[in-house]
Amino acid sequence: MKILVCISKAPDTTSKIAFTDNNTAFDKNGVQFIINPYDEWYALVRGLELKEANGGSVTILNVGGADNDPTIRKALAIGADDAVRINMEPTDALGVAKQIADYAKENTFDMVLCGKETIDYNGSQVGGMVAAFLDQPFISNASKLDMAGNTATVERDIQGGKEIVQVDTPFVLSAAKGMAEARIPNMRGIMAARTKPLNVVEPSAFENTTEIASYELPPAKGACKMVSADNPAELLNLLRNEAKII
Amino acid sequence: MSILVYANTAKNKVHKSAFEAVSYGAQIAEKSGDSVTAVVVGNADDLDTLGKYGADKVIHVTNDKLNDFQPTLIAQAIQQAAEENNASIIVFSHDLSGKSVAPILAAKMNAGIVTGAVDLPQMDGDFIVKKAVFSGKAYAHVKVTTATKIISLTPNALEKKEYNKTASVEDKAYELGDSRLKVVEQKIQSTDLPLTEAELVVSAGRGLKGPENWGMIEDLAKALGAATACSRPVSDMDWRPHHEHVGQTGVAIRPNLYIAIGISGAIQHLAGVNQSKVIVAINTDPEAPFFKAADYGIVGDAFEVVPKLVVAAKAMN
Ligand SMILES: Cc1cc2nc3c(=O)[nH]c(=O)nc-3n(C[C@H](O)[C@H](O)[C@H](O)COP(=O)(O)OP(=O)(O)OC[C@H]3O[C@@H](n4cnc5c(N)ncnc54)[C@H](O)[C@@H]3O)c2cc1C
Repeated sequence: MKILVCISKAPDTTSKIAFTDNNTAFDKNGVQFIINPYDEWYALVRGLELKEANGGSVTILNVGGADNDPTIRKALAIGADDAVRINMEPTDALGVAKQIADYAKENTFDMVLCGKETIDYNGSQVGGMVAAFLDQPFISNASKLDMAGNTATVERDIQGGKEIVQVDTPFVLSAAKGMAEARIPNMRGIMAARTKPLNVVEPSAFENTTEIASYELPPAKGACKMVSADNPAELLNLLRNEAKII
Repeated sequence: MSILVYANTAKNKVHKSAFEAVSYGAQIAEKSGDSVTAVVVGNADDLDTLGKYGADKVIHVTNDKLNDFQPTLIAQAIQQAAEENNASIIVFSHDLSGKSVAPILAAKMNAGIVTGAVDLPQMDGDFIVKKAVFSGKAYAHVKVTTATKIISLTPNALEKKEYNKTASVEDKAYELGDSRLKVVEQKIQSTDLPLTEAELVVSAGRGLKGPENWGMIEDLAKALGAATACSRPVSDMDWRPHHEHVGQTGVAIRPNLYIAIGISGAIQHLAGVNQSKVIVAINTDPEAPFFKAADYGIVGDAFEVVPKLVVAAKAMN
C-alpha cells in the first residue's frame, strides 16, 4: 500500500499573530513552526498505522522552501519512510494542490491523505482540489479509515451527522479528529529521520488565482463587565436588554 | 452575467446556511447588477422560500445519482449550471458540504476561491474578500484574480437580508459521471443545528469535574435554545462527543453568544471562539484568561451559578 501524506507547516498554536511590511506579510519573528496538527495527528499517524498493518510505504509531501526541512524531518521521525519537498513558497491553495497532484500523477499512490484544514489559512481546500486534479473520489472530514484489501471503509462528517462510505483505491481523503491518536517521536525515530531520503523537486508551472492583499488584527476587546455570582439573573437581563442577543 | 449560489438541503428542507448564502449572493448582485440563481441538489419541499432571500431563479438538479452526498458529482452539476448561466461568482456556505464541494469546483474551473468569507466582497477595482485566518486570531483580505470567482461564506457571519422575490424553479437532469464512492450507512444526529450554525452556544470545560455534571449545562442550553460545546480535554476524556470540541484544533464557531463555563480560556480554545459576537465567562478563578476575552463575566462556582441561571432562563421564556 503506497500512501502519500501531505503536510503543511503552521505556526505553533501559542504563537502571537503579528504582521509586517505594512500588514502584508505574516511576522515569523520568534514564531515556532509545527506540522499542521490535522496533518500530523490524524493523516500521518493513520497512514503509518495502515502501513504497519498492511505493509507498504508512507511518503511525506510538502510544498515549501528549504526552511521547512526541520518540520519535514519531524514527520520522518514519527515514522514516515521518505519525504519529498516541492521547492516553492506556497501562495495559494490551487497552486499547492496542482503541485501535489502533478507529483502524485507521476508516482501513483493508493491514497493521498491530508488534514481537513490548516490552522493558519483555514482554507479546507487542498484535499478537494488534489482529488479534482487527479479525477479521484474525495472523502472530506474523515474520522475513521479502515482498509480491507483495496476497499476503504470511511466514516465522514457530513452536514448534521456522520455517515459510513466505501471506496476502492485510489482516493483522496482529508482527516479530522477521531482518526488516530497523536504519536510522539522517540529517540530512535529522530536518529533514523536524519538519514531518511528527503528529495527536493522543482515545481511545475502554474499561475496564481488568488493573492493576499493585506492582513488585519481584530479590534481589542473592551473591559469585561462583571456580574455578581449572587444574582446570575442579572446576566440574562444584560444579554437581553443591553447586548440584545437573547 | 449571474451569481450562482449552491443551496444546501437537509431533511427535505433548504438549510439555514443556504439562505445565508443566497442572501449573500443577492447582496453582491445588488452591487453588480447581476441576477441570482440558486442551485439545489436533491429534494426539498420549500424551494420557493429561496426567493425570499434573493434568488431570481432556482435550478433544481434532479439526477438520482445525487441522492447520496457525492461532492464530485455535485461539483459537476454546479459547473454545468454555472456555464449555462454565465456565472461570474459562485457562492457556497462554508459548512461541511461547501468545504467538500467548493474546492473540487475551483480546481475543475480553475477559479480563484476564498473560503470562510466574513464580509461582502469589495468590488471597485480589485475583487477582494475578507476572511478569518490563524483560527480567528486575524483576518486576511484576499484578492481573486480569475474571471470566475468562488466564495464560501462562514455561517452566521452576516445578517440575512430579505428580498421577497418570487423565484422560478427549473428542473434539470444534468448528465453526471459515475462515482466510485458508496454510502453504506447514515448516522444523522438528532441535534437540530450543527454547532457552526448555532446562534447561541453554551460550552463547558474541565471545571465541571465529570460528565455526570453536564445535566445543568444541557438544561441551560435548552432553556436558552442554544447548542452545547466543550473544551478539548473534555472531549479527549470522552466526557462529551468529539463534534462538540471547539477551538483551534476543533470546530471554529462564531455564534451571537458564547457562554464558557469552567473553561480557563487557553489561547487554543479562544482561537476557535473569539469571533463570537458576545462572550460570557463563568469561572471560580478571577484570574482566568477567559475574562480578558469576555464581554460579561461571573466569578463564581458553576455548581451554584448555573442552576440559578437555568431557573432565571426558564422564567424569562
Ligand atoms: C496544539 C494544541 C491544540 C489545542 N487545541 C485546543 C482546542 O482546539 N480547544 C481547546 O479547548 N483546547 C485546546 N488545547 C488545550 C488548551 O491548551 C487547554 O489545555 C484547554 O483548553 C483547557 O481546557 P479547560 O479550560 O476545559 O480546562 P482547564 O484549563 O483545566 O480549566 C478549567 C477551568 O475551570 C475553572 N473551574 C474549576 N472549577 C470550577 C467551578 N466549580 N466553577 C467554575 N469554574 C471552575 C478553573 O478555574 C479553570 O479556569 C490545545 C492545546 C495544544 C497544545
